Amino acid sequence: MTLAPPITAVEQVKSHPAIARLLAWNPAVIEAVKFDRDEMSVVVERSAIREACALLRDDADCPFNYLSDLTCVDWYPAEPRFEVIYHLLSIPNKERVRLKVRLSGDSPAVESVTSVWPGANYFEREVFDLFGIRFSGHPYLRRIQMPENWEGHPLRKDYPVEGYR
Amino acid sequence: MAHLSPTPALEPGQDRTMILNMGPQHPSTHGVLRVILEIDGENVVRLMPDVGFLHTGIEKTCEAKFYQQVVPLTDRIDYLCPMTNNLCYVLAVEKLLGLEIPPRAQWLRVLLNELTRINSHLVWLGTHAMDIGALTVFLYCFREREEILRLFEAISGQRMMTSYFRIGGVALEPPLDFFDRVRQFADGFDAKVDEYENLLTSNPIWGMRTKGVARITAEDAVALGASGPTLRGSGVDIDLRRDMPYTGYENFKFKVPVRTEGDVYARYLCRVEELRESNSIVKQALDGMPEGPIKADAPKIVLPDREKMKTQMEALIHHFKIITEGFAVPAGEVYQAVESPRGEMGYYVVSDGGPKPYRVHMRSACLANMQTLPKMCEGRLLADVVAAIGSIDIVLGEIDR
Repeated sequence: MTLAPPITAVEQVKSHPAIARLLAWNPAVIEAVKFDRDEMSVVVERSAIREACALLRDDADCPFNYLSDLTCVDWYPAEPRFEVIYHLLSIPNKERVRLKVRLSGDSPAVESVTSVWPGANYFEREVFDLFGIRFSGHPYLRRIQMPENWEGHPLRKDYPVEGYR
Repeated sequence: MAHLSPTPALEPGQDRTMILNMGPQHPSTHGVLRVILEIDGENVVRLMPDVGFLHTGIEKTCEAKFYQQVVPLTDRIDYLCPMTNNLCYVLAVEKLLGLEIPPRAQWLRVLLNELTRINSHLVWLGTHAMDIGALTVFLYCFREREEILRLFEAISGQRMMTSYFRIGGVALEPPLDFFDRVRQFADGFDAKVDEYENLLTSNPIWGMRTKGVARITAEDAVALGASGPTLRGSGVDIDLRRDMPYTGYENFKFKVPVRTEGDVYARYLCRVEELRESNSIVKQALDGMPEGPIKADAPKIVLPDREKMKTQMEALIHHFKIITEGFAVPAGEVYQAVESPRGEMGYYVVSDGGPKPYRVHMRSACLANMQTLPKMCEGRLLADVVAAIGSIDIVLGEIDR
């Protein structure tokens, strides 16, 4: 059981195709990076996420053309409370990268990536349903798993496992 | 389960169209899928799937359990391929822990994972053919599936909810005659696949119901997040077992069937070919099965043998600690994806350093595949919707979790 310590300096990981592309575009959008357990995570500035996704999708050398997964983690009571997680896969290059956006607990909202990948539709609806995060520009942002008249967002950490009732 | 009243997103547009509600109790929706259709005569104008009737909050439940207690929950997500769910979760936690798994456990995992794939594809083939009207295939498929379920019962004690994989290895050494029984099954199985193909592949009625039906292009399939045979049927050559190998798949030789037509027939051919490839992997796993331990050497994480517990104080203490307090997992996050029978199944596990997972998210292949359904069906006949739903091989337990 030996785990290498995570790398958090941008300098050391700039050879990764996703980091290289983002650095060439606008270094200011990268808030933090972490290379841990062979997985690359990048925290992207909130307002730039849709453009960053479109940029990575259309990259000529290593197109991250497939959105594997989109989810969220609630770090209650810490601030910024929510992290929206995007797992991107490059089908031609067999490469993965994880993008993150940090959102405050007070009316969290982020731009939708459905215009980049239509497949983000259901994932974003699920995050909206279970975490209460609003995705601006989403074509049909309604509850998907819970009943329409449900109160609260069950996967938030301040929501009891047994429910309110 | 968004809208129980007539949906605001889908209202009759012109005088000619009407709204038809299909499911959630419709037999061809494979569980509790509701599909809202706007139809003009027999032509589908718009289609909207409505999911969530089977939502049980497994992701929330996981946050209240110890890491090892989550394994039985993962079976319940996709009940047609329990071993694949077990595998994906334990691989994610092992990656978080940095655990090395002994070769025999890895090969056992591959063997059982491929048997699970065969099992799942057999259920798909039988029910899909029955939806379209070929009733006989169902009986043949379930005959072989029964044998696989007996094998699962022999190795794990359960036919469906196996929970056989453990963090750090597998639960038990297989029974003595297990490998002989698997060998017997694998030797006879290729002939059985020929039997199914005789009934369907060149059957003109089957061809008319499936060829050119519910087409989807490679671009659309990738953009909508489709994976597995739904993606490979459209000509995108990706299989995580080959391209991003896990649990020792790099030691096995197999072909990845790809078709370019993108219709129901192409997806059918991909899956039937996968049955043969999986059977070949099963045979390779039997031939090369290494000897040795089936659990990792990590006494603070893996439960000790019963025998050691009775004779060694240390083992008894470890057992007590793991059961009552769980084990701490170093803080971090991991996304582990495996190729399930339906596509890319991914587990995103976040640890905050404690004995319970901070967050477990399952990336459901079916949920993403479901988004291709409107693209496949709009502008086609109502009867093709049934063929299309069958061809993407949905399991509602996985979609709703």
